[in-house]
Amino acid sequence: MPNATDFLLAVEDLTVSFDGFKAVDNLSFYVDENELRVIIGPNGAGKTTVLDLICGRTRATAGSIRFRGRELTALREYEIVRAGVGRKFQNPSIYEDLTVFENLEISFPRGRSVFGALAFKRDAEVIERVEAVAESIFLADQLNRRAELLSHGQKQWLEIGMLLIQQPDLLMLDEPVAGMSVAERVKTAELLHRICADRAVLVIEHDMKFVEDIAHKVTVLHQGKRLSEGPMHAVKTDPKVIEVYLGH
Amino acid sequence: MARILNMDRTQLLGFVLLAALVFLVLPLALDAFRLNMVGKYLTYAFVAVGLVLCWGYGGILSLGQGVFFGLGGYCMAMFLKLEASTPEATAIQSTPGIPDFMDWNQVTALPWFWEPFHNLAFTLFAVIAVPVAFAFIIGVAMFKRRVGGVYFAIITQAVAAILSILIIGQQGYTGGVNGITDLRTLLGWDIRTDSARTILYFVNGGLLFVCLFIAAWIKSTKFGRILVAMRGREDRVRFSGYDVSAFKIFVFCVAAGMAAVGGAMFTLQVGFMSPTFVGIVPSIEMVIFCAVGGRLSILGAVYGTLLVNWGKTTFSETFPELWLFAMGAVFIGVVLAFPNGLAGLWTDHVAPRLPRRLGGRPRPEAAQPAPAE
Ligand SMILES: Nc1ncnc2c1ncn2[C@@H]1O[C@H](COP(=O)(O)OP(=O)(O)OP(=O)(O)O)[C@@H](O)[C@H]1O
Ligand SMILES: [Mg+2]
Repeated sequence: MPNATDFLLAVEDLTVSFDGFKAVDNLSFYVDENELRVIIGPNGAGKTTVLDLICGRTRATAGSIRFRGRELTALREYEIVRAGVGRKFQNPSIYEDLTVFENLEISFPRGRSVFGALAFKRDAEVIERVEAVAESIFLADQLNRRAELLSHGQKQWLEIGMLLIQQPDLLMLDEPVAGMSVAERVKTAELLHRICADRAVLVIEHDMKFVEDIAHKVTVLHQGKRLSEGPMHAVKTDPKVIEVYLGH
Repeated sequence: MARILNMDRTQLLGFVLLAALVFLVLPLALDAFRLNMVGKYLTYAFVAVGLVLCWGYGGILSLGQGVFFGLGGYCMAMFLKLEASTPEATAIQSTPGIPDFMDWNQVTALPWFWEPFHNLAFTLFAVIAVPVAFAFIIGVAMFKRRVGGVYFAIITQAVAAILSILIIGQQGYTGGVNGITDLRTLLGWDIRTDSARTILYFVNGGLLFVCLFIAAWIKSTKFGRILVAMRGREDRVRFSGYDVSAFKIFVFCVAAGMAAVGGAMFTLQVGFMSPTFVGIVPSIEMVIFCAVGGRLSILGAVYGTLLVNWGKTTFSETFPELWLFAMGAVFIGVVLAFPNGLAGLWTDHVAPRLPRRLGGRPRPEAAQPAPAE
């Protein structure tokens, strides 16, 4: 049994039940520093729910989630974010009425209290960070556009950028390439490789080609339970995985 | 000033025009009676400006702003009433020295919570503090539990109904249905004269501009952008490390504070305060003022308030029973046809035609349909 404090993220015996239905059932897994982990599994397997549990959106029925040894299940959502966990939603969730610059600026981790937000100054540091992040998410020339005018793929990148500017230690992405063109997928894979140079990334994805491109290690989820885990080539040949997921 | 508020030329021009209207045109064009009436309308504008922040920007629809308007107004009225109830002036009562309505209701001593309202400094503090504290309690109770949207609107409405019923029921302490009437002097200064009313009109206008500047400043800060962000994507804001409930509570308290100042100025200018300004109907009317002006426009709220009230006065003098229907029709019309109210008409149709030097500017980039995926 590995010692939970050796890992960046240690999920142990995690269970959540919605009116008796166990969407996540006694699940354990561990994520290392700077690891890029992908969670795959059929629709309804509980993948999104796992992220919801980690970021505090859903409260666990049982089990523990430790991040750098700190128990997350007892924290409020914003405390979990401030502890260093960033989360991207399945549908791009950005501020349509604001510009790309403002979207990134709001996510910049300073002035997060009411009075901090009132006193917040758009100084050189903010502008520099926003521009740097915009550059890395391929939106450097879109800074003054209203976010609702971006293409679907650009919105996905923007949301990733909004997380990057927070410099989280763990970045969780729910289907980041859904709805993207092939060219955009390639760029996103490249982006993820760059991102995980100095942080751990947890990705949910259905696109197998993309998963092979990026994953260090894959966890397969089925009916809320861990079905298999390991490097992609091993998981791909696991008969249980082929039967419930890759088969069709 | 304009620099602090990050105002551009158009906004500045808007403020200057409104200031000219309030401080020059109206006082010159209207007699003392009509000016006092406009002053009364402008007290509702405080509420509407608060609603722009709270509802327009923050997406928090409160149908109970009359509560804060009323509490502010009652605090002021209590002070004025005590000043008008000297033992000499009330010598014919069975208990001289207490407000007349208490005496009529067999109350024989001033209730404890009236005592501090002998003091003007305390009263001015209470005018803001009492409504804001009440808003804070409602805000904490609701927003910490994630009550929002329609549920919040209904609850604020229930609060308005309960408070007005409570005030009406506790006649001996509140003056009941009639409210607190027959207010005369403020530290010996007779507020019923034309000259006093004219002065109060200008004080009211000044305070309204203070609120307008505060609103414009809040809107220009990151707090303002977070309000907009929260309106559409509350979860995204929460998962960007913000305690969303704290922001909602704050903006709700700001709106309550502004409404309260309006209420106190109402009492001073009109000379009474009654539960008719606390209940459901006035609270909804105030939302309509804001919607007609354009719920995203701070200045629009003032114009909307003036326009609707002017319409109400003109219309209800001729067809009193039709007014409520007309008001409902205006609201539905605005929401369906001009969701951004008067301000939307201005920015979409008038401003683009103005010469650039005057602050005219091209239409903002129109939203294009997203390219097919
Ligand atoms: N709040 C909730 N209340 C009740 N049931 C829920 C709730 N959230 C999720 N579920 C159920 O839990 C199961 C797992 O859902 P989840 O969204 O985690 O699946 P997923 O693996 O992300 O699927 P997909 O690949 O379609 O995104 C589903 O059957 C879903 O209906
Ligand atoms: Mg999902």
